[in-house]
Amino acid sequence: MSIETGAPAQIEVVGLRKVFPLSGGGEFAALDDISLKINKGEIYGIIGMSGAGKSTLIRCMNRLETPTDGKILIDGQDVLTMNQKQLNMMRRKMSMIFQQFNLQMQKTVGRNVRYPLEIAGVPKHKANQRVKELLKIVGLEAKEDAYPAQLSGGQKQRVAIARALASNPEVLLCDEATSALDPMTTQSILALLQDINKRLGITVVIITHEMAVIRQVCTRVAILDGGKIAEEGTVDEVFVHTRSAAGKRLFGIIADQENSSDEKLTIPALRIVFDDENAQKPIIATLIRELGVDVNILAADVKRIGEKSYGQMLIAMPEDLESRKKTMDYLKEQGLTVKEVYPQ
Amino acid sequence: MNAAEIFQLIWVAFLETLYMTIPASLIAYVLGLPLGVLLVITRKDGIKPVPTFNTVLGAVVNLLRSIPFVILLAMLFPVTRIVMGTAIGTKSVIFPLVISAFPYVARMVESSLIDVDRGIIEAAQSMGSTTWQIVYKVLLPEAMPSLINGAAICVTTILAYTAMASTAGGGGLGSLAIIKGLNLRKYDIMYVASIVLVILVQLITVSGTKLTRRLDHRIR
Repeated sequence: MSIETGAPAQIEVVGLRKVFPLSGGGEFAALDDISLKINKGEIYGIIGMSGAGKSTLIRCMNRLETPTDGKILIDGQDVLTMNQKQLNMMRRKMSMIFQQFNLQMQKTVGRNVRYPLEIAGVPKHKANQRVKELLKIVGLEAKEDAYPAQLSGGQKQRVAIARALASNPEVLLCDEATSALDPMTTQSILALLQDINKRLGITVVIITHEMAVIRQVCTRVAILDGGKIAEEGTVDEVFVHTRSAAGKRLFGIIADQENSSDEKLTIPALRIVFDDENAQKPIIATLIRELGVDVNILAADVKRIGEKSYGQMLIAMPEDLESRKKTMDYLKEQGLTVKEVYPQ
Repeated sequence: MNAAEIFQLIWVAFLETLYMTIPASLIAYVLGLPLGVLLVITRKDGIKPVPTFNTVLGAVVNLLRSIPFVILLAMLFPVTRIVMGTAIGTKSVIFPLVISAFPYVARMVESSLIDVDRGIIEAAQSMGSTTWQIVYKVLLPEAMPSLINGAAICVTTILAYTAMASTAGGGGLGSLAIIKGLNLRKYDIMYVASIVLVILVQLITVSGTKLTRRLDHRIR
């Protein structure tokens, strides 16, 4: 696992384990020796299938869940050795938003957002003023007196975000924050999170099972599988050069297609993986024109990740060895990843 | 006996009923509300888990709740005499009423608070709330409609208990119906007293339901 050095760590997890006793005796390790470092000011994604332990991991960070073993350092301070008072102070610097929003249903939007200020003892007039500022950030100034039941899912999550920002946190933990929202709303919430990260410099940790979420906003990502980190790195890196099986399973369309097209393969083929730079070049055209190779495209797919495109293409493997070699050499020269794949 | 006389009897008994029900309900809540809160927060999965304490408290509450009021009333005579100065009369009944009702209130409060969405409590914890802040700023406000509904049920139960006050020489509509009405075979008094009781119960129930609905902002 690559842990970058240089940027100061906001959150450092070292050898974290969380074991649940099983009812029939024995135990289940929800988290098994997890180590990772989240830098100040980045948007860090943790992705995994349900049951991979990602929720447990993020809940350990603010000790909603007590780990069995290991260390969690927030700004260098170990969360696990804190007493309740220190923990409460730390939690005010590390807010959380949830899949089900978890707003108080009997309080107005304004009072929900004011809650963190109330418990911190902020004077009323100051708190009220801050509530208005916060609601403005999330674009809900008009809803201060509404009750959560009158809002849409996306609006509720915006209120939850405003509430999370009230205490001027350094970290925002997002536990499946967009999973209960439709794709359009997900986009707008992600854009808001990105905006908050940029404007306020808040470190954001996102837990999700949707690759699209990671692709859209995260700088780095860890793939969690069976309580272990299967893979970690920058989003570009992990997405283009997926190594782990868990990563391939999660990467939606490309990985799916990779697998399914491999399964359907009846003849030997070449898989070409390209990224932004060479996606712009007319590689196949050049291949046909200049090398005189017949190209038979079996499958192709292009994905946009943020500002960049990534894709893969399956072409039938040229039958004579010479043109096969020529083709592969040429593609490699162009900086593409080429792999021979055979029918299974 | 003419209508005016019946009205006079009913009116006095009505006041006596209120005189027993209102203070008994208030004191039962003063004791039962914190107890209900304790029953919820000290659970194994509560915000301040003390499982052993919770089990013991639960057992005591159940024990008190399982003694029928009439028996408790008799059993408590000596204690009532010490606490209230006398064991006989309308006022003295308030004490056994409280003893009988507060465990009931505690359970009622418990069931209201237990229904508060776990996620909302977790959100409050994640924001660095103290236990006390979660109780009075999250648990109680979120459970308010349900607490009001429970209070209406508790008050009607206490009201029903007051009907047994005659056992300890107490007054009220129940005593009137039994002693003057049933025992002296003045059935008109019995019926009128009963009807007034029914109306009273209806009034409490209906206003409880209405208030619950008006306070609940989940549906709208």
